[in-house]
Amino acid sequence: MSVTTRDPGRGSIPGRDAGPGIRDPQNESVVADGPRNSGDRTPAPGSRAPIVALRAKDLLGIEPLTPEEIVLILDTAEAMKEIGSRPIKKVPALRGKTVVNLFFEPSTRTRTSFEIAEKRLSADTLSIAIASSSVVKGETLADTALNIEAMQPDMIVVRHASSGAGHLLARICRSAIINAGDGMHEHPTQALLDAFTIRERKQRITGLKVAIVGDLLHSRVLRSNIHLLTKLGADVWVCGPPTLIPADVTRLGVHATSRVDEAVAGADVVMLLRIQLERMQGAFFPSLREYFNVFGMTEARLRLAKPDVIIMHPGPMNRGVEIASEVADGPYSVILDQVANGVAVRMAVLYLLAGGAENEAAA
Amino acid sequence: MPVVMDADRIARALTRIAHEIVERNKGVDSLALVGIRTRGVPLARRVARALKEITGDEVPTGALDITLYRDDLMRHAVGPQPVVRRTEIAFSIDSRKIILVDDVLYTGRTIRAALDALIDFGRPRAIQLLALVDRGHRELPIKPDYVGKNLPTSVSESVQVRLQEIDGQDEVIVQQEAGV
Amino acid sequence: MKRLLKGGRVVDPANGLDGTFDVLLVGDRIAKVGRGLPVDGADVVEIPAGLVVCPGFIDMHVHLREPGQEHKETVASGTASAIAGGFTAVACMPNTDPINDDANVTTYIVDKAKAAGLARVYPIGAVSRGSKGELLADIAELKAAGCVALSDDGRPVATALLMRRALEYAGMFGMPVIDHCEDPSLKGDGVAHEGYQAATLGLRGIPGAAEAVMVERDVLMSEITGGYVHIAHLSARASLRAVRKGKEAGVRVTCEVTPHHFTLTDESLASPVAYDTNVKMNPPLREAADRDAMIEGIRDGSVDAIATDHAPHHYDEKQVEFDRAPFGIVGLETAVSLALDRLVHAGAIGLPRLVELMSVNPARILRVPGGSLTEGAPADVTIVAPDLGVRVDAARLKSRSKNTPFDGWELRGGVAATIVGGRPLFVNPEARLDLR
Repeated sequence: MSVTTRDPGRGSIPGRDAGPGIRDPQNESVVADGPRNSGDRTPAPGSRAPIVALRAKDLLGIEPLTPEEIVLILDTAEAMKEIGSRPIKKVPALRGKTVVNLFFEPSTRTRTSFEIAEKRLSADTLSIAIASSSVVKGETLADTALNIEAMQPDMIVVRHASSGAGHLLARICRSAIINAGDGMHEHPTQALLDAFTIRERKQRITGLKVAIVGDLLHSRVLRSNIHLLTKLGADVWVCGPPTLIPADVTRLGVHATSRVDEAVAGADVVMLLRIQLERMQGAFFPSLREYFNVFGMTEARLRLAKPDVIIMHPGPMNRGVEIASEVADGPYSVILDQVANGVAVRMAVLYLLAGGAENEAAA
Repeated sequence: MPVVMDADRIARALTRIAHEIVERNKGVDSLALVGIRTRGVPLARRVARALKEITGDEVPTGALDITLYRDDLMRHAVGPQPVVRRTEIAFSIDSRKIILVDDVLYTGRTIRAALDALIDFGRPRAIQLLALVDRGHRELPIKPDYVGKNLPTSVSESVQVRLQEIDGQDEVIVQQEAGV
Repeated sequence: MKRLLKGGRVVDPANGLDGTFDVLLVGDRIAKVGRGLPVDGADVVEIPAGLVVCPGFIDMHVHLREPGQEHKETVASGTASAIAGGFTAVACMPNTDPINDDANVTTYIVDKAKAAGLARVYPIGAVSRGSKGELLADIAELKAAGCVALSDDGRPVATALLMRRALEYAGMFGMPVIDHCEDPSLKGDGVAHEGYQAATLGLRGIPGAAEAVMVERDVLMSEITGGYVHIAHLSARASLRAVRKGKEAGVRVTCEVTPHHFTLTDESLASPVAYDTNVKMNPPLREAADRDAMIEGIRDGSVDAIATDHAPHHYDEKQVEFDRAPFGIVGLETAVSLALDRLVHAGAIGLPRLVELMSVNPARILRVPGGSLTEGAPADVTIVAPDLGVRVDAARLKSRSKNTPFDGWELRGGVAATIVGGRPLFVNPEARLDLR
């Protein structure tokens, strides 16, 4: 399935414009526009009709999304990215909406990115770092969330150390839940901004060889990226010591290898995942030095990849462990682009979910 | 489906408007055109071409997406968000005279949103409004400066502008809405 | 009190019976089983067609939570749940608070059971003091107070040496050692079966090998000591292989499987409800090949008993992130229906084999009375209704806790009545059985 970077076809948006007193249907058709795709008017053969909304009330992971939904988010993020280059980096789209960032794990990068995204959309935003709050006093996750819900936020962005924490909240909360990372499970907005960055540099995702190297077993970024890249037709190779490869990972449609040369050979994209220092305690590998020698991304290893390879890392990096400094800072690195794109992608997610169908509290 | 303007009449209207612009602004000095997506954009480009033929000068042209400024966003619990596209204004709008270009002027809410968006981009010296069709039924105090055709309509009708660049042909059609 | 259960299908494999018989109960004993028994002043209970009269079922692995965790369950509520599930007796594990490593705790439990007057309760005592895995508990005292077996359930018997000593020592009293087989280093901080489902959901895995490695150890210890080892809640096919090999070599090893391990797989982690803590137990639900191996073991005799590992937990404790939720689900009131629906009706086994698994063998392994309808045996009878349509309703369970993954399930087969010591303590109103 080919992924174009622009609106794939025509059609009109249902529902929205039929409200009382709103009479500007003229601006609503989804037809391709602009000099770059004046030829792109009809849908490509075999492609499905464009969609204009996400189906679910929450974003808990990439796994439940269709390829069309992923493309919708990426396309919307393109428009959002432009806002960051204006003198006034704000649009009133989420004016009057309240978004609570509930972070049960420390995070500077993701939290800041969400906060900026929310503020750029004019939402009222509040960040709560739970190490400093009730959960330490023994309040359950469910109670903490319900108490905050009682104050009627529209959306809750949640990061938690337990896989499935987002699912628990989505079951009991009426607000839309955005998963900002749950345990080892998924980190959907990271995978989306990774895809956005890849698409920006390579104009496509289908058919690219993407190598992901690092602590695969414990990585939520890995799982989200596997889901997204395979849904969009990339050729994914995951690589790490056998001790850190998740069970049956090839069932997800990826190649798995412990030979980094095999993974990187001819790669268009090389994505490095963080190695946590504690993994030595679990006897996953003997030492960081040994890890670097066998798996670390050095310039020498990188020469096996395509000449226009891009290097990615979700951060924070351990220089000299999973990635050599000269690679991190070198010409192939798009690591800082990833960070910049994070705001645009998160703005897109917030925008698309904020207008979602009326939430229902689950039983 | 009654065609109220064919390709020929559209072309003549745009040419006439181009002359009006030159006359009213005493030339095209510090002028810029900003088309409102979607069909305002090719219209703005056509006007820019006409202005170049008349004066020999290039008039900068940009594209404005007003989706995120609409006053009906988030007001309906059910239904998808309108799709957002890029705004592309490659020049500074400060101290310029901006001519907003839209295909159909109706309630005026799109223009209100466009004004809000433009102000976030800078401080233009003046803003003028160009509409190919004015179909009446204003809900806000907004008045066009240049109109291709005044078209009294009833609320139960819809006016559709089709343009070569997007729809393959030029025409303006009035349709009765079913069940309204 | 004389009662004549007349004209029902009687399945009593210990005595080689499977046919239409009358069963005469006098007082708290079985007086006679035969055809056309004279009424002779007894209360006649016509057994409707379709119902089956069996020796009372015994669940040899339940957690009654009393003393110390009465918010989850008590001896009274647990035994009420047992008889509603068709069990005339249960054996309760010692991981209470305080742990049952002392005759006083055993006596406490026995007294509570007597006061409740419902299902019989056979306490299982701890192998080691505090179940810490260091020093043996006072085994003779535990036996004298009423314990029928030993276990450190919740944890494995900590070392091969301790297992050896326990088997040798307990062997003196003819008590089996029941082991929760799990190598702690392989288990780590796992919360789900190590496999595709856990990997995709981001849950730390517990490999089947963690159980099997311990089963192998225990079979060897039993071999060298001659003691009785019973493997609790077997779940992995590699473990079953080890048990089979042990049995073939003449080792005194037996094992049990829970209903959830012959019914569910780790796919339940993802659907119908993702991260449902009512699907979290230890050993975890494993992959389909393991579940199918359990059924095969049940069929071919490698598995000796069905036991529920009934583990009540309060709603608040389970309404948390998957990682943090305690392991365990209740099982007393769904076991018979699951066994009938998923084993008997599915064609894997017949009713006589089911009675072996749920009555004959548990009685034999624990060396307690029951397991047959022999004259003079206690009048513990379970009457099952193999064709009764049952809909599991968690809210109406007799147990204090409702942590079951089977809520809403429609199953074919249920319990018609549970008779303990001649007293019909539970009669299912839907079974059309006139028994008071």
